[in-house]
Amino acid sequence: MNYVIIGNSAAAVGTIAGIREIDSTGKITVISDEKYHTYSRPLISYWLQGKVSDKNIYYRDPDFYEKNGVETVLGKKVVKIDAANKSVVLDDGLAVPYDKLMVATGSKPFVPPMNGLDKVHYHTFMSFDSVKAIRSEIKDGMNVLIIGAGLIGLKAAEALHEYNAKITVVDMADRILPSILDVRAGVKMQKHIESKGVKFILGTSADEFFEHSAKLKNGVTVDFDMLIIAVGVRPNTELVADAGGKVERGIITDVTQKTSLDDVYAAGDCTVSHDASSDTDKILALLPNAYMQGEVAGKNMAGREFYYVNAIPMNAIGFFGLHIISAGSYDGEEYVDETENTYKKLVFSDNTLKGYILMGDVRRAGIYTSMIKERIDLGEVDVEMLKDKPQMMIFGKARREEKLGGIFR
Amino acid sequence: MKKVYVNEDWCLACHLCEFYCAAANSGAPNMIKAFKSNKKPIPRIQVEEGSEVNFAVQCRHCDGKACVKGCISGALSIVDGVVVCDENRCVGCGTCVLSCPFGCIVIDEDNHRIQKCDLCTKNHDGEPACVQGCPNNAIVFEER
Repeated sequence: MNYVIIGNSAAAVGTIAGIREIDSTGKITVISDEKYHTYSRPLISYWLQGKVSDKNIYYRDPDFYEKNGVETVLGKKVVKIDAANKSVVLDDGLAVPYDKLMVATGSKPFVPPMNGLDKVHYHTFMSFDSVKAIRSEIKDGMNVLIIGAGLIGLKAAEALHEYNAKITVVDMADRILPSILDVRAGVKMQKHIESKGVKFILGTSADEFFEHSAKLKNGVTVDFDMLIIAVGVRPNTELVADAGGKVERGIITDVTQKTSLDDVYAAGDCTVSHDASSDTDKILALLPNAYMQGEVAGKNMAGREFYYVNAIPMNAIGFFGLHIISAGSYDGEEYVDETENTYKKLVFSDNTLKGYILMGDVRRAGIYTSMIKERIDLGEVDVEMLKDKPQMMIFGKARREEKLGGIFR
Repeated sequence: MKKVYVNEDWCLACHLCEFYCAAANSGAPNMIKAFKSNKKPIPRIQVEEGSEVNFAVQCRHCDGKACVKGCISGALSIVDGVVVCDENRCVGCGTCVLSCPFGCIVIDEDNHRIQKCDLCTKNHDGEPACVQGCPNNAIVFEER
């Protein structure tokens, strides 16, 4: 069997693991337009911050490809999937044939058209190269303007704070981190980040960019030495769309991660996932999701049938030492417990836990995650204990025995 | 594979397992030195106390391996069935804490990384420290 993987991040590595679990000898070729050994995309901010070394930004050990019998074609871009002839075409014209193809192309920074932006030098924050460029230009005490108060923009802010940058974050939304936090938690986190010296200007957007300043729609002008655009990402779907595969906001797959094209699979941020907590289709651009989709796809590509189900939105992240873990969806009856330094919100519906937000105290959060994923009926657990904190004590003895592996007799 | 199991009918909630675990993983030569150091050692086993039962919980080295699959840095891996953490690579992001269905992974705030049970494979010969230290044989290390 001849496997080809486009992409070299978490979904690709998961695919390799999945294939090798079933097929130890088939040929695997990884093709990526980035020239690096597989690296961890979420670690780029830690690298910029100086908390992760050049060596440790890599997602797998240096001998990973060798150990798994993987050939790599790095620094070359796939420009076309020729589904009829079962090959992919590289930017140098070379055609690489496949029996099974994985599209793990991820996403790209979304840069909306903005007045004057085409005449200004700016950065995005998505790849190892993008943070290398930032590191080569950042100087102590620079004015940095970040457009976007989401996960990427704020991770950039945290990293650049290490360089004594004077940071201003602008976002059209009136609150920060809307994808993972509710209003109250967002306000708490905003205050925390502001206490470190980062300035927020919310509820407005850039009207026009000049060489070293931006005029905002609210009339304020912000000077900058460095500009970072972090308003969002878009899935890389063009290869599959051009080949005639089904694409909506992302690439559409079935539960085996196969696309509508024969022998072509897709996984990770370029795909549409099914959110089991809200029963809706959405893009879940999360590393664990990418890896696990890839793993399931790899097993199917190698001929063993597996399904990827029970995906939910989930995030673990921290800013300036304040941790957040959140998962699931937020339509339902709420339970909120708040102290000066912590925030907890649990959302119940259909007699199950549907979602949660923990900030400050995130200990044992995974017990909540498992309640959502396994759709455990609240009748089976002690709900008051559940509200108090995540603990195995919430389960009855039989369920706990089953989960923890039985008791000694 | 041998794993640690807890008999909740016998657990006294004395928390000695937590102390033995923390000391064994502290790098200090004995418990007194471990707990007299400036940095309080962190146990990787946690006792839950209830009105009727008590029990200790630690990594199940389970089949799901959601922590390993979700790890953003590649710090978590499986060595001979044991889930281990490369502390040099861990950044303490908490994705494994989010993923672990048993709540067994602890964030070490001071060092920006996590700590988890590795069955004392890095620091101990024979039975894990929690098993050796349990005064009531409520914690066992065996094949099931």
